[in-house]
Amino acid sequence: MTDIIAEPEGGDRRKGSLLAQDTRTQKRNAAERRFQIYGMVAVSIAVLALVFLLTSIVSNGIGSFSQTFISLDVVLAEDKLDKTGSRDRTEMAKVSTFGYAPLIKAAIEDRIAAEGIEIEGLTKPDAVISKEAAAQLRNFVLANTDRVGDTVEFKFLASGRIDGYYKGRVTMASAALDRNISPEQLMLADALKDAGALERTFNWDFITAPDASENRPEAAGLGVAILGSLYMMVVVLFLALPIGVAASIYLEEFAPKNFLTDVIEVNISNLAAVPSIVFGILGLAIFINFAGLPQSAPIVGGLVLTLMTLPTIIIATRASLKSVPPSIREAALGVGASKMQTVFHHVLPLAAPGILTGTIIGLSQALGETAPLLLIGMVAFVREYPGAPPEGFFDPASALPVQIYNWTTRSDPAFVERASGAIIVLLIFLLIMNIVAIILRRRFERRW
Amino acid sequence: MPLIWLIAIIFALAVLGFVMGRGRAVASAGGDTRGLHSLPSYYGWNVALTVMTPAFGLLALWLLIQPMWIESRVSAQLPENAISETSTRELVMSDVRRVAEGLEAINAPFGGADPVVNDAYLADLREQIGSVGVALGSDITAGVYDAARSFRTLSGWGGTAMSVVAFLTALGGFSVSYMVTNKDFRARNTVERRILLVLIAAASIAILTTLGLVLSMLFEARNFFAAHPWQDFFFGTKWAPDFRGNSELAILPLLWGTLYISVIALLVAVPVGLFAAIFLSEYASSRVRSLTKPAIEVLAGIPTIVYGLFALITVGPMLRDYFALPLGFGQSSSSVITAGLVMGIMLIPFVSSLSDDIINAVPQSMRDGSYALGATQSETIRQVVVPAALPGIVGAVLLAASRAIGETMIVVLGAGAAAAQFDRGLGELVNPFQAMTTITVKIVSQLTGDTDFSSPETLVAFALGLSLFTITLGLNVLALWIVRRYREQYE
Repeated sequence: MTDIIAEPEGGDRRKGSLLAQDTRTQKRNAAERRFQIYGMVAVSIAVLALVFLLTSIVSNGIGSFSQTFISLDVVLAEDKLDKTGSRDRTEMAKVSTFGYAPLIKAAIEDRIAAEGIEIEGLTKPDAVISKEAAAQLRNFVLANTDRVGDTVEFKFLASGRIDGYYKGRVTMASAALDRNISPEQLMLADALKDAGALERTFNWDFITAPDASENRPEAAGLGVAILGSLYMMVVVLFLALPIGVAASIYLEEFAPKNFLTDVIEVNISNLAAVPSIVFGILGLAIFINFAGLPQSAPIVGGLVLTLMTLPTIIIATRASLKSVPPSIREAALGVGASKMQTVFHHVLPLAAPGILTGTIIGLSQALGETAPLLLIGMVAFVREYPGAPPEGFFDPASALPVQIYNWTTRSDPAFVERASGAIIVLLIFLLIMNIVAIILRRRFERRW
Repeated sequence: MPLIWLIAIIFALAVLGFVMGRGRAVASAGGDTRGLHSLPSYYGWNVALTVMTPAFGLLALWLLIQPMWIESRVSAQLPENAISETSTRELVMSDVRRVAEGLEAINAPFGGADPVVNDAYLADLREQIGSVGVALGSDITAGVYDAARSFRTLSGWGGTAMSVVAFLTALGGFSVSYMVTNKDFRARNTVERRILLVLIAAASIAILTTLGLVLSMLFEARNFFAAHPWQDFFFGTKWAPDFRGNSELAILPLLWGTLYISVIALLVAVPVGLFAAIFLSEYASSRVRSLTKPAIEVLAGIPTIVYGLFALITVGPMLRDYFALPLGFGQSSSSVITAGLVMGIMLIPFVSSLSDDIINAVPQSMRDGSYALGATQSETIRQVVVPAALPGIVGAVLLAASRAIGETMIVVLGAGAAAAQFDRGLGELVNPFQAMTTITVKIVSQLTGDTDFSSPETLVAFALGLSLFTITLGLNVLALWIVRRYREQYE
């Protein structure tokens, strides 16, 4: 059978130079190049998507960190604020914020007259100032009752539309169609800017102030949301870390191989993949309806997020316990340590950096999670800062991602800018946490 | 006595126990610690743990059971006429709780001469309670007032009894463990056994969570199916909730939206993720790899609300202005394709990092064998590496699919709120520029805002959640099974 020689397919044997590629080789090489290009395209799609996503968010949101303010001298007229002249706080508190609005109106009219601004058809000049200004004025007067009768300089927020005008969201043409602002009022703002009364500065209130109602986006801030998120992270840290570490130690170091531990293992890997919204249903049904914990409270959010983060922490902890070489355990056992002493005195300290890294990653997942929090009532409109812990854990609060969602549902386009700005804040927090995790890993990770 | 004080006292007792237990052990060995069975601190820990564990366990149980017990007691003594026709027992009970809370807040005297309970007194009471920050929805009736008073009395008694019992338990634990402490007591073994129990308890929280998930949804879903026929839910074709009743609540339109969006997301994520993984693991130089791999992984760390906002303010309007409107497909900026595309971006790192692991697990010898036969690199990948890694890749795709089905924020912000309508014809059903809703969106919308846990429109969310849980669990189990089977081949 050895005399059968395979006929080359097509019959034409290679005749030309080895250095010149024949058509089939060319085809194969072209396919090779194409394949490589597909790969490059895929990677660039992913990277470009990331770049596009980040630039879109940053360009939309960066504006929310600066805000337009108008400085005005307000005469704190005694006949309006303190008719009895007693300077008694409780008496003066009876004047509602509506009572302060005329003072602001007078102040801006004075300013217009003083600067000699003349704009034809200008009505309601006080519309350039935020409705929040009256509350600001009232808080000042009630805190400093002795200043009544004086003329005090205030820095008021400009209204959302005026702010939008300087950020390119509102134009003369759109103002003409807008019920809340007129082109004349925009011209007034320009004139005030020329006179130096109107300026755009960094807006700390965006980070520290509480949320504001639907029609005053300029005053809305993230204070309550950041505090709420912080409280939840504290709850998650103090519950998920000990429970997760304890569970991992048991499963990795002590658990006998039996049906029960198998069930636990399968359970944990499945829990890691359960959709987050299902944890929200759990929170609503068990923590709120069954156990009677209050809605919108950071404690409930923290508990739900704890259950959600546990699998992440357990998986990370087990991996880092596993990476501690058995020689360490054997050495400890060899000098007479008990199993428990081996784990707690030797294995756990060596695994600590890995555990910490896993915990931080789990926490950063929890920080960005939104869906389960919607179900436990964190979407509620909360203006009051939650109290100091531990009671504060039970006070209503918001959370960063939920606040973002909340703002996206509001109609005023200024809230889109706020939401994007809030995302920048959220991403900065996440970035810090991840950098800390990376540094920890670089610094303490040991290769055995 | 506030709970925090009770906890602090028990803690203090535990610290005292630690010091005294340690001291007693050392003293019993005549000051020479070599004579002890265990290290001295174990004797201390033994006492401290015996003080804390039973006391805190009891406290937790008591806190769980007491409210339920009081609730049922008070609810049972609430006269029938205290419940008006427009109200339910649950609503009245919530009033009772608030009034009790208000009485506590204004520090009304417990005993003494009973005040004359008439309308004027109750109106005054309502004002007083309101002034300390407990707002009441309606006037206080005499029945509610009585119930609130007994509620408060019972809670007060319960609280006192709890403090006393917990303290006595702690004290009992203290004295028993202190008495048994002597130099021959096997303190280390006792302490270690207890620690092991704590570890086991922590590990079983995973099981408890799953049980909690399943039971909470099963329980409420059963209530839903009692009010709404299950055939309509699973096989009906219309989603039209109506809070006045007579709603049509079927899962099929929502399931269609969910699957359609997930398929689009996978059509984006799987090719891109797979090719990216292949490129990064087979072609890229280590420089390129060290730059692009973290960049892709950053995509995985971005919260989904960010993707949602991206869909809402950037991708949605862009697709509408450049594709949907010129091509006449619709004018909605939230659409299936918006949500699908953005979700696809979110899933890229998921697919790519899982595939990357799996491709790297294919032994180098298989590649070398293929090269030795004269195959080019791409031929090797297509005909050797990918087929060898295929089960793992399928597993990764299934995991990504389960992610896509359970994803919430992107679809809430990007996909719209209108359910697919089967009676409007196929064209509208498959138009990717049409707004469509998913199971997760409806869970959110039915459970946020004012919810009434007796109406099927609210309870349907639990049935939807259970279906979602079942689908994703099935996909996960399948995926893990495939991945695990594959891994065994090369090890």
